[in-house]
Amino acid sequence: MLSRVADSLYWMSRYFERADHCARVLEANYNLMLNPSKLSAEERWHRIMASLGIAATASGIDPQMAMIKLTSDPDEESSIVSCIAESRENAGQVREQISSEMWECLNCLYHQVTQADGRLDTDSDPLRLVAAVREGAYQFQGVTAGTMNHGEGWHFIQLGKYMERSCSLPVLLDAYFSAAGKADYLDWVGLLASCAAFESYCKVYTADLKPDSMAEFLLLNPEFPYSVRYAVERMCAAIAAISETSFTKVAERIERVAGRLRASLAYVPIADIMKGGLHRYLDSVIEQCNDLHAAVHVVYIDY
Amino acid sequence: MSMPAQSADHAPMPAPFSDYEIAAAYDEMFLASGRPRPHYRNLYTQLLNLPPEELHRSKNESDLAFFNQGITFTVYGRAEATEQIFPHDLLPRIVTNSEWATIERGLTQRITALNLFLADVYHEGRILKDGVIPGEIIYTCKHFRRQMHGVKVPRDVYISVAGTDLVRLPDGRFVVLEDNLRVPSGVSYMLTSRKVMKQIFPALFRKCGVRPIEQYSQALFSTLRSLAPEGRSTIVLLTPGIYNSAYFEHAFLARQMGIELVEGRDLVVHDNAVYMRTTSGLQRVDVIYRRVDDDFVDPLAFRADSSLGVAGLFNAYRAGNIVLANALGTGVADDKAIYSYVPEIIRYYLGEDPIVDNVETFLMTDRAQREHVCGNLEKYVVKAVGESGGYGMLIGPHSSREQRSEFRDKILADPRNYIAQPTLMLSTAPCFVDGQVEPRHVDLRPYVLFGEKVTIVPGGLTRVALRKGSLVVNSSQGGGSKDTWVLQN
Repeated sequence: MLSRVADSLYWMSRYFERADHCARVLEANYNLMLNPSKLSAEERWHRIMASLGIAATASGIDPQMAMIKLTSDPDEESSIVSCIAESRENAGQVREQISSEMWECLNCLYHQVTQADGRLDTDSDPLRLVAAVREGAYQFQGVTAGTMNHGEGWHFIQLGKYMERSCSLPVLLDAYFSAAGKADYLDWVGLLASCAAFESYCKVYTADLKPDSMAEFLLLNPEFPYSVRYAVERMCAAIAAISETSFTKVAERIERVAGRLRASLAYVPIADIMKGGLHRYLDSVIEQCNDLHAAVHVVYIDY
Repeated sequence: MSMPAQSADHAPMPAPFSDYEIAAAYDEMFLASGRPRPHYRNLYTQLLNLPPEELHRSKNESDLAFFNQGITFTVYGRAEATEQIFPHDLLPRIVTNSEWATIERGLTQRITALNLFLADVYHEGRILKDGVIPGEIIYTCKHFRRQMHGVKVPRDVYISVAGTDLVRLPDGRFVVLEDNLRVPSGVSYMLTSRKVMKQIFPALFRKCGVRPIEQYSQALFSTLRSLAPEGRSTIVLLTPGIYNSAYFEHAFLARQMGIELVEGRDLVVHDNAVYMRTTSGLQRVDVIYRRVDDDFVDPLAFRADSSLGVAGLFNAYRAGNIVLANALGTGVADDKAIYSYVPEIIRYYLGEDPIVDNVETFLMTDRAQREHVCGNLEKYVVKAVGESGGYGMLIGPHSSREQRSEFRDKILADPRNYIAQPTLMLSTAPCFVDGQVEPRHVDLRPYVLFGEKVTIVPGGLTRVALRKGSLVVNSSQGGGSKDTWVLQN
């Protein structure tokens, strides 16, 4: 597979995951912001921005405007519409590699979200758009799994998706746990909903929302698709598959970084993580993901 | 050209044809009497019986299908909304099998002769020594590639893919308007428009017996493979990239053929061999179906400012380590001045008369012809010899006094760069416009493949001038396309 193609598939997938993540976070929180809370609307909005890794802007945010900006403003680079556009742009570069169904699905979604451009006004408009992106994301994942060869290209798509997830989940967790003291029950519901995790969590720990349990679930659960560990496991599987299909030996550097990250998520108990400081741990996860990204890039793309 | 309706020598037509004017041009669907031609009868009946809402619904369906599949082309020079769908007309253009048989024989003859011509021009130059074509006209051609002299091309096939523009004259004959022998495009529209049409008019397909064209990609692949060296056959398609107006087509064809779509930056030349950069390291490439113009393929041999090509490609090509399709330098055979010699070229190499004729063409290098044309510019179409896409063109009858005087100056300043042809009355075909069926001018571009043998899939791209009265069918100038049906019998 051409290196450029692998790169485009990877970024197509990463940007798509980013749009999906953003949509999920916004949807979960926008609903909850309708309830009264100890925190002011502005504080809560700041937490949403922080959980998406966006530097908080000056004070005086109008949540509704900010919501519109984050969904449909093409000039805001973290907005859903920008991410979908980037994803589509990358897909456009490799149209002969992805199935036509995938392109059609992504293209439809792109037209759907860009159509709204600047004309979102009522409360429900941004919500509708966010829901459409979530639906579109499930469809795209399904179409991708169902119509594309599960060969090297597919593994690069998986790599991109789970790399993005491994990077964005720690940011989200950090935003909530760094202000854990102030958070009430509904805030924690917001965290779980941001990862589509509420029901899955309850199945394991019941509706008793304890911060440590939630951290354990979202960081270390091996079965839940929006846990960091699950994402890292999938990422490592994709890397192994790529090295197999491209007949290259996994470079030592990739192996070392991936193996260490995976082992720490699999074997370090949550109590130890909390003792050492969750924030520090989350930071190190992000750092290791960045290392892994750089190593993959050097071995396969830009050698 | 809009002509007033002829005096009513036929009964008024029923809806949705009530605005249909049968004028001086040959109409593909109707006889002068206003009765449909036999091979159009099925379509005619279908249209009479179809409620107008149904036609509208079909039109919307087809537009949406094109839009969602992203079948778009790029309009240069606009920052936003640069991607547009290629306007597609709902009604098929129908050609009978016997008309097609003539076209097929004519184009086979033509591409065979033109390939012999190119091999000759880049080697011995017999046709020049024998005085059939003046040498000057070859060497002054912008697309003549001096560097190609003496380069051996596999099977002596210079043109593997041609898109020949045919038009139909008022007497019903097809003639060749232009040979496109460099990097002809549009074939993906032919293929996708057929796919959409099958969804919209399944019943009509069953009734009419339309010859299939879906095998085109396979035929193209076989053609390219036939040029590959024994035992080595890694074929790639070289595209200028996503900002090229035909990128959709490049991606489409690469996917249909199952070959890599590469850009210049994906290729490297080592020791005169071409490799692509893959996730498993460098991989050797044997045949490049290139959709990049001669000028841009190698910054070392041609335009130094090109970032689309591959440095060193031409040396690898000279060394015989890579096959390019089409070969470099084919533009000399589709130069519009050399076009006027094609009938002579056919006679010279094949000893046959042309089966499909040329359009009468005046060379501006000839003093008498030039003076005649310059004095009567309002009657002629003047074209720059090396341009395509409808650029650099004057349509006399539709031109202003200023435009004519501007072109007169241009011709006098550089006579070699222009030719003139009488304004042709292109045939008209029914189109679905604003809820009515109206005639619009059309041409026909079949795609000719030349490898081990000549293959022409029955059909082609019918381009249509969607503006009423317009004779310009290019997509960059408000043209659209139609599906072309060649009937089985």
